Amino acid sequence: MIKKDLVIVGGGPGGMAASVSAYESGIKDILLLERDQYLGGILNQCVHTGFGLEHFKEVLTGPEYAERFIARLQDMPGIDVSLKSLAVKLTRDKTVTFLKPGVLQTVKAGAIIMATGCREKTREMVHIPGTRPSGVFSAGLAQKLINIEGLLPGKEVVVVGSGDIGLIMARRFTLEGAKVKAVIEIQDKPSGLLRNIAQCVEDFNIPMYFRHKISRIHGRDRVEKVSVVKVGDDLNEIPGSLFEIKCDTVLMSVGLIQENELIDASGIQIQGNNTDVPGIFVCGNALKIYDIVDWVTKDSFAAGKLAAEYIK
Amino acid sequence: MKTYDVVIIGAGVIGTSIARELSRYRLNIALLEKEEEPAFGVSKSNSGIIHPGTQNPPDSLKGRLCVQGNILIRKISKELGVDFQEAGELIVGFSEEDTKELLRLKKDAEALGVPGLKIVDKAWLRENEPNLNSEAVSALYAPTAGIISPYRLVYGLAENAMRNGVEIYTETKVEGIIRAGDNFEISVSKGSFNARRVINAAGLFADDISGMLGIRDFKIRPRKGEEFILDKKKENLANHLIFPLPSKISKGVLIIKTADGNPMIGPTAEDTEDKSDLATSDKGLENVLKSARRLVPSINDKDIIAYFAGLRPAAGDDFIIRHEEKSPGFINVAGIQSPGLTASPAIALLARDILKDTGLALRKKLIFHPHCKKSIHIFSMALSKTKGLIAKDASYGDIVCRCEMISAGEVRDSIKRGARTMDGIKFRTRAQGGRCHGSFCTTRIMKILAEERKIPLTGITKRGKGSEIVKKDRVDD
Ligand SMILES: Cc1cc2nc3c(=O)[nH]c(=O)nc-3n(C[C@H](O)[C@H](O)[C@H](O)COP(=O)(O)OP(=O)(O)OC[C@H]3O[C@@H](n4cnc5c(N)ncnc54)[C@H](O)[C@@H]3O)c2cc1C
Repeated sequence: MIKKDLVIVGGGPGGMAASVSAYESGIKDILLLERDQYLGGILNQCVHTGFGLEHFKEVLTGPEYAERFIARLQDMPGIDVSLKSLAVKLTRDKTVTFLKPGVLQTVKAGAIIMATGCREKTREMVHIPGTRPSGVFSAGLAQKLINIEGLLPGKEVVVVGSGDIGLIMARRFTLEGAKVKAVIEIQDKPSGLLRNIAQCVEDFNIPMYFRHKISRIHGRDRVEKVSVVKVGDDLNEIPGSLFEIKCDTVLMSVGLIQENELIDASGIQIQGNNTDVPGIFVCGNALKIYDIVDWVTKDSFAAGKLAAEYIK
Repeated sequence: MKTYDVVIIGAGVIGTSIARELSRYRLNIALLEKEEEPAFGVSKSNSGIIHPGTQNPPDSLKGRLCVQGNILIRKISKELGVDFQEAGELIVGFSEEDTKELLRLKKDAEALGVPGLKIVDKAWLRENEPNLNSEAVSALYAPTAGIISPYRLVYGLAENAMRNGVEIYTETKVEGIIRAGDNFEISVSKGSFNARRVINAAGLFADDISGMLGIRDFKIRPRKGEEFILDKKKENLANHLIFPLPSKISKGVLIIKTADGNPMIGPTAEDTEDKSDLATSDKGLENVLKSARRLVPSINDKDIIAYFAGLRPAAGDDFIIRHEEKSPGFINVAGIQSPGLTASPAIALLARDILKDTGLALRKKLIFHPHCKKSIHIFSMALSKTKGLIAKDASYGDIVCRCEMISAGEVRDSIKRGARTMDGIKFRTRAQGGRCHGSFCTTRIMKILAEERKIPLTGITKRGKGSEIVKKDRVDD
């Protein structure tokens, strides 16, 4: 078993900021585990701008924001960045088991910071009835298909929910030549940032329906249409309000939830940046879903300091 | 053109069971399936329960075959490397009257030969099934009930049948059958097949196939069942399969344990006209939750991670398994509603016997290979073994689906063993089947599938033609 003063799980903006902060607080023996082949986490697929206004006082794209931190990490020789390294187990006695091509390894840590981010809620979590054809995507998956793989998931799109990724993808699809037919939001106001509503939806004349919901997805092999109904303030369906929209793609942008499976599986309880195990910390979106990356950075700087103080 | 001794129509659990059974004999066999892979019909969307044989009329064919199937499946699943787990079931009663009804069920089941039945009381239930509604007063306990992955069973049967010489043709839809002397000429989407005998195991479409030969005395009336899968975190919600007292048309909404560990609640039972109607509904969810909570009150709808609907191919009350005198050599295996999965090995034996009675010579092959290699699931073995395997083949350490912890090696294995679509991979490996529903792993799996099959990413489908995942390469900049 190897030993490290500090193990940080997750190499997105949270984990990178926590590493930098712990390093600057005097911890020089850090292992940063990232399952992907590059650091940056979700920032890598966010090729649009709007990052860094708070932290860098500049407008950056996602990859540019990530790049700033990657550059800083490179100047910190005590931080061992381990890519393609997927943490598979966390224990209360502060060990992390991780998988790297060809090896399953366990590391004993002085302290651990979990910065495992979040994932998108699915169609299933909001119980949208109907068939289960191909063409229902989480906004993040669609983003990955377009921005990273260069593939167009569909040509006639209905976006469910007004989360930021969904709004940004509405614009992206439009720019790629697809027709975004509607953004459907059950609440009476958008859940995404107002600037995204303006720049991604209004500027492209995409119809937005508040207090509406998808009541059914149709199509056997591929999405063919959706049924939409109006809901009242109690979120119940208003009879007689049903209409249909023809489309081949449904994009789910109904919010994010923390990805804390390792913590859950180990029985550890989260208490703010701390947990019920002294020396195990949580930060970034794994702790709380933040609207913008700058707040993730801020939160993770704090966690890095906490871990450093604990180790000393 | 080649004349097959036997052509079987439909590669569900029934068609593949019959094919594997017949592959013990010196016969030329073709199995025709309209979908891109086996198990894409009724056999993919069911409860996965190996029923003990309770809840069947004592003189029914389905009851007899269910009891026999429950015994046979144990050996078959072992041979095919498919996990079978004897979970046991409880049919729960809430009143004195219910207990009387349970006693009646017990008597019926015993007449069918269901072993080990006993009535358990409140104290037993509290001790052995702590999450059960505390108002339950008694239950009929059937220890031989079990669970299996229905599609992995079908894939095992199909693979093993092929190993023993059966030819399986997918994307091959039977469009017409005519008599050609003593034989049959079967026209399919692309070409035709000649056969001495035809076995119709076409599930929901068995009446259409039968109609092609003029036999129209039964009609398949689909009965829809919606099911809701819970997060694996709730694996220990129940220790047994839990049933309410059955109604006239169904066994009711159950608390189901599944081979993958996720509990499931359902199914509903609702007649529908449309054989392609696989939609779930708000009403279905509401009914299932209400009925399931009567059994286990703590069930939370926030734990639902997936849902689906299946159609029971019912034709009246019982199975229809018979040689058609009006069209000698044609055998119907139709109306295989629940407990068809359980009964499948026994149905295969019955079909074999009927086939023999038609005068077809059944001579055993010198060598029959009963086994399939058990597929590797890297994180369901001891960690030390996992380590060894990963050291030997790094692709098993390259996790693709992190919710279910499935490696690139496992995905590749599944493709080498026959998966051709994203659903085919999901059913075999569970990759994309967890909490995130493929949000993270879809692109990776698409790439592996494209590479193994040597097709472009735009050709990757969810479950066959028409269900392509992406519409096209991006409009180029
Ligand atoms: C909701 C639900 C829950 C159930 N739960 C259980 C359970 O827990 N335990 C149990 O024992 N049973 C259960 N059952 C019953 C069980 O699923 C079925 O009895 C069984 O799967 C039927 O198998 P099959 O092979 O007859 O049908 P299928 O799997 O539908 O196979 C028929 C095949 O024929 C193909 N086909 C059709 N027409 C043509 C054509 N023209 N040309 C070529 N191919 C064609 C179809 O594509 C299909 O693949 C359940 C059923 C449902 C719906």
